[in-house]
Order: sequence, then structure tokens, then C-alpha cells
Amino acid sequence: MDPLPLPQKDQLVTAMETTAKPGTAKSGGGAPIQETALRNEEPARSSQSSVGPATPRVAIAVDDTRQARAITSVKAQVENLNFYYGQNRALKNLSIPIADKQVTALIGPSGCGKSTFLRCFNRMHDLQPDTRYEGSITLHPDNLNLVGSGIDPIEVRMRIGMVFQKPNPFPKTIFENVAYGLRLRGVRSRATLAEEVEKALRGAALWDEVKDRLQDSALALSGGQMQRLCIARALATKPEILLFDEPTSALDPIATAKIEELISTLRDQVTVLIVTHNMQQAARVSDYTAFMYLGELIEFDEAAKIFTNPSKKATEDYITGRYG
Amino acid sequence: MAATKSEELISRSGLRYRKVRDRIIETLLLASALVAVFTTLAIVAILLIESAAFFEHVSLKEFLTDTMWTPLFADAHYGILPLVAGTLTTTMVALCVAVPVGTAIAIYLSEFASHRLRETVKPILELLGAVPTVVYGYFALMAVTPLLQKIFPELPGFNMLSAGLVIGLMIVPYVASVSEDAMRAVPRYMREGSYAMGATRLQTALRVVVPGAFSGLAAAFILGISRAVGETMVVAIAAGMQPNFTFDPTEQAATITAYIVQVSLGDLPHGSIGYQSIFAAGLVLMLITLFFNVIGFSLTRRFREAY
Repeated sequence: MDPLPLPQKDQLVTAMETTAKPGTAKSGGGAPIQETALRNEEPARSSQSSVGPATPRVAIAVDDTRQARAITSVKAQVENLNFYYGQNRALKNLSIPIADKQVTALIGPSGCGKSTFLRCFNRMHDLQPDTRYEGSITLHPDNLNLVGSGIDPIEVRMRIGMVFQKPNPFPKTIFENVAYGLRLRGVRSRATLAEEVEKALRGAALWDEVKDRLQDSALALSGGQMQRLCIARALATKPEILLFDEPTSALDPIATAKIEELISTLRDQVTVLIVTHNMQQAARVSDYTAFMYLGELIEFDEAAKIFTNPSKKATEDYITGRYG
Repeated sequence: MAATKSEELISRSGLRYRKVRDRIIETLLLASALVAVFTTLAIVAILLIESAAFFEHVSLKEFLTDTMWTPLFADAHYGILPLVAGTLTTTMVALCVAVPVGTAIAIYLSEFASHRLRETVKPILELLGAVPTVVYGYFALMAVTPLLQKIFPELPGFNMLSAGLVIGLMIVPYVASVSEDAMRAVPRYMREGSYAMGATRLQTALRVVVPGAFSGLAAAFILGISRAVGETMVVAIAAGMQPNFTFDPTEQAATITAYIVQVSLGDLPHGSIGYQSIFAAGLVLMLITLFFNVIGFSLTRRFREAY
């Protein structure tokens, strides 16, 4: 059904890495990361290793029971995407597939362009003057180029939801927050609104906590609840892709755990793209992971591979905490 | 070495001189701050003292319930109601202009105008506040009233409608400026949340920014009210000077401020009841504006703390 050739697992990797193969990339003396990470031990770095000080390795817990699924269906294909703030080229020739109903994580050090990349998907940059896209993000199945110059950003945002770093509920009641997108789309029927709001709140695992106070102000909720409310708000309009921009960086660990759990369950109904600076989080929630650095895509692969056996030295350095 | 050097640089007498100079300047600054405080306190004290003398002749009941205000006539009545009615009527008319126009300007400047346009328009708007109020007064009397008389031929030459409309225009920049500040204080991530849901600029402005800035907007309106209540020249020139217990803006009437101007211009003997009556009226005016200012400022503080 899909006109594009579906990339297989191996093709995905080879598309990104042309030079570096596992063996060659690590010839500089880095320890085989796969072993150490899998054994979850402190690395016994080989004596030849002269790379940097002996910083402790970050033990990345990868959920081994989760079957890494091959991209069987592509929801969106990013092709040679460039993005400019004025003259400044912030994203450089990015190309990755976004797997349908899977979680794709964007990781990288601050300023690497991961949030900038995320915000291309719902054209948030159009709110700033003097910004420009090049290339394409093709949304399947109808092959809509999200960053096409003739495409109305509002139409794009109607189809792609977003959850922000800081919980940003509107100064309205809990109910009206979730109903916001539906009302924008012209839904008037009280029964429909009530039904959809409940469905969205259940989907965001918030219903039981707020069902008795739907008419209270959303600003009275806790930070974690606010963020789940924002997820419910985005879910209510049944987006095709849901973007998360560091959704837990303003939350405490317990609230973070809930959000992560939620993201994992959302996988069944929506394609998720998440930016995070927390590598454990990326390892826990994502099926595919893209590592970016200075506006470029360094590596894209299955999460399990990225976090245990990355192909590029830079990726390995980053996930082991040597910089970033 | 270093220690002796610094001792040479800062000699003991030099240090003392600097300390003394600091203390003198501090005292001067404090004194100028206290001038403002004492002036306010003195005004309140004089208002209270003279009003107390006034209330020795006139009962508080008569003052608050009588519907006639004729302190200068042989048949003297001392009911403040006509003046309060005139004040409230012109204020209401002014608000009918200032609230919609001021809010619309604020929404445009905050949500639609480009940065450059906003930085150009705002100072011009605030320049309107620099026009002397007497100019607005004659504008009301000579331009607005004749224009209104074409629509309402019955309209008297002095009327509260034209005075109120012009006061409204006069406080538009003020209301717009404070409202715009309030809307700009709504954080960007709130707007982004709305845009991300697929909202247009107008939907975002009306459904998210205005509710988010609500207490700030309310503060802008209330501070606008207290300006309209205290406005003097426009009403003194264009609304007439006859105390008239009515809420009909097409009639002429005096406001509290207009009465004070009128009496202050005459040559009433010091200590007479007519002289004291302006202090009683002034006290009422001060209480009204104080009331609105307190509400306005507490709301302003609330919207600043909201985010």
C-alpha cells in the first residue's frame, strides 16, 4: 500500500552510516560498548584506551523483553530537511523515517537542534518571523508535505499534536482544556464533547483523578497532572503524530514515571516523536532513536541498538556520558 | 606590600568623607520621598478637618440621601447624590468607549502587530495622554456636541454624553497600554499550546490570552474608571455645571469635580458652609477613586504573580 520502499532494519542503519561500521569505528580503542552495557557493569576499559578520563559509564537499561520491531509502516518520511533561522542553518540535511505507531526518540546535547527538528513537524517555527524550511516531511498515507510552502500550518497542526516541556494548560476548567481542540474544530454537541473528553482523559490516565472536578480550574492541578492533562488535550483531537518536547523535564521522578508509562501505552494508538535529554528515558520509552549533534543527524537506529551497540563513536561518547 | 598600598589609596579622612557624603545624600533622598508622603497625608488631613466642620452643619443623613445639591442658594440643600450620579454617568459613558476600543487595540498590538509596528504605535498612543485635558474639553464642547446634535437634535449644548465620550477617548491609551501589558504577561508557552492545537491567532487571542490576562484586563478597566471619575476639565467644560440628579447621559449635569472647580473659582468666604462643602465633595471623590485604585492595584499584583 505504501509507495515508498519500506526500509528494513539493516537498510535504516546503512542509510545513515556510510563510513562507520562497528568494528572500524571503535578501532580507536573504545571498549566494546555492547558487552559492558549488557552486563551492566562498570566498564573494564582496555589499557590501550587513551580516550578521555575514566568517566563512569552510564548504565543504560534497555528493556530487553521488548521486541525491537522493524519499521513495517512509515508514518512520515523526513527527506533532506534543512531549517534556517534567518541565515543560520539550524538543521542540516536530516533524513529519517518515522515509524507508524511506534515511539521515536530524538536525543543529543543541548543546542543540537532536536527541539528545532521536532517543531518542524507541526510548523511551530512559522510563529517566528524569518524562518525557512527546505526539503520535505511527507506524512503518509496522503503524502502531505508538512513543511511544504503551500501547506497551511493550521492544517498541519490540526493533524499533529504536541506536548510541551512546561505543562501549559489554559486558564480554563479541566473539561474546557480537553474540549479546546474539539471546540476549535466546531464540535458543539454537549454529549459528544463530554464523551470525547472522558475518552481523552482516560487515555491520558487522568480520568480517575479528575472525574469529580472537571469544572475546577486546570491550574489547580499538580505538575504531573497538568502534563497528563496536556496529553489528554492533545489526544482529544486524535492526532496522527504526537510530539513530546522534553515532557518530563519539569516534573518529579514519580510524575515522570507515570508520563513514561503513558507514552509507552500510547504507542498502540498514535505515532510518537519525543525529544528528551534523558537517555535512560529514551532507552525506556523509544523503539527507534535518532542521535543529533550540531544540527546534523549522527545516527538513527533501533533504540536497543543505539543504546547497546551504536555504530558511531560520537553516539557512544554521548550515551556513555562523555559529553553533552 | 599590598596592605600598605591600599591603606595609602584609601586614607582614613577620605573614608570618613565618603561616609558622611553618603549619609547626607541618603537623608536628602529620604526627605524628598517624605515630601510626597506628607503632602498626601496633609491633603487627607485637611479634607477630613474641613469636612468635619461641614458635617457640623449638615447631617450625614441629609448629605447621603437628599437629592438636591444647592449649597450656594438661599434654599440650601446638601445632598451629594446628584453629583455622584453625574460622576457615575459620565464614567459609564466613558467606559462604554474605553473598554471595547482599549481592549481591541491591546489585542491587536499584543497578538497581531509585528514587533516593529508595536514599538511604533505604542509611543504614539501614549502621546495621546500628553494632550492637555482642557483641549479635550473644548473638543467635546465644540466638535463632539455639534456632531451629536445632528443625530439627536434635542441634545442640549452641555451634556454628559459628549463629555463621557471624550473622556472615554482620553483614557483609551491608558486602558490599551495596561491591557497590552497584561496580555504580554501571558507566557508564550500558553499561546504555543493553543497554536499547537490548530487555533488561529484570533482564536488564541480570544480563547486563551484574554482569559489568561483577565485579572490584568480587569485592573486596566478599574484604573480607567478611577481616571474617568477624577477627570475634571472635560466635564467642567462640556457637561454643564448644574447639579442634576439623573442617570440620563443626554442631559446636562455637574460631577463632583466640576462642582469643586466651579466653587473654587468663585470668591466664597473662607470658613463658610459653601467653602466647606467642596471639601466634603472632595472627600467623597477621594474615597471613590481610592476604592477603585485599591481594587485595581490588587488585581494588577495578582496578574503579575499568576505566572
